[in-house]
Amino acid sequence: MSHSPATRPQARPMSPHLTIYRWPATMLMSILHRITGGALYFGTLLIVWWLIAAATSEQYFNFVNGIFGSWLGRLVLFGYTWALMHHLLGGIRHLVWDTGHGLEKDTSTQLAWATLAGSVLLTVLIWAGYFWLGA
Amino acid sequence: MSDMRTPLRKVRGLGSAKDGTGHFWRIRLSSIALIPLSFFLLGWILSLDGAGYDEVRAALAEPLIALAASLFILISLDHMQLGMQIIIEDYVHGGGTKVALIMLNIFFAVAVGAASVFAILKIAFGG
Repeated sequence: MSHSPATRPQARPMSPHLTIYRWPATMLMSILHRITGGALYFGTLLIVWWLIAAATSEQYFNFVNGIFGSWLGRLVLFGYTWALMHHLLGGIRHLVWDTGHGLEKDTSTQLAWATLAGSVLLTVLIWAGYFWLGA
Repeated sequence: MSDMRTPLRKVRGLGSAKDGTGHFWRIRLSSIALIPLSFFLLGWILSLDGAGYDEVRAALAEPLIALAASLFILISLDHMQLGMQIIIEDYVHGGGTKVALIMLNIFFAVAVGAASVFAILKIAFGG
């Protein structure tokens, strides 16, 4: 089979795609929605681990509580809180889109930034409440 | 005549995934349920205020807390199993590997769910 010069297969330059273009806010939040969802998949194990510890023995519960109360444990739980808030707000955004609203370019960009700002704000509020309660 | 059904009857409601909009609907339904449940559980954990073993077990033995915790975990597991299946289907294209991962994903959710429910029931019924 012969190709004319115009259709002959050749190594054409590919679009630089992800590495070159400035990321739109909606694209960034879409990626974060999937990453936070994946993180929460394994984060659920933290809650289940804590529950199983409470059902096992006082000694084991104190052991798990000690890990969660360490600075590393709190850092992981802080990350879990942010992932939960970001995924939750991003999910609400998707539910709004399902109704056909908020899909305009400007609105969707504003919603994307609101998701990020809202998730950070809620996470800080939750942890401020935690420390304010004196833990 | 081997089949009385018309071709339209066979495909109506079914997309390429062979289960119609079931997956889409279940992920939406669980997401809506998880919004109030997440905030309720977060509020409860904050209200524990660093409580010890006995107080946490006493709180988990209360019907409302035990039910909310069970629902939160079971609906979360359903939601995350559906979400992870989408991720697997997006990135894994080998037939055998894909099917194996989708099965593993379901087994994982069911196993974690069984362990959580057992733990909550054990506490709630004073084991």
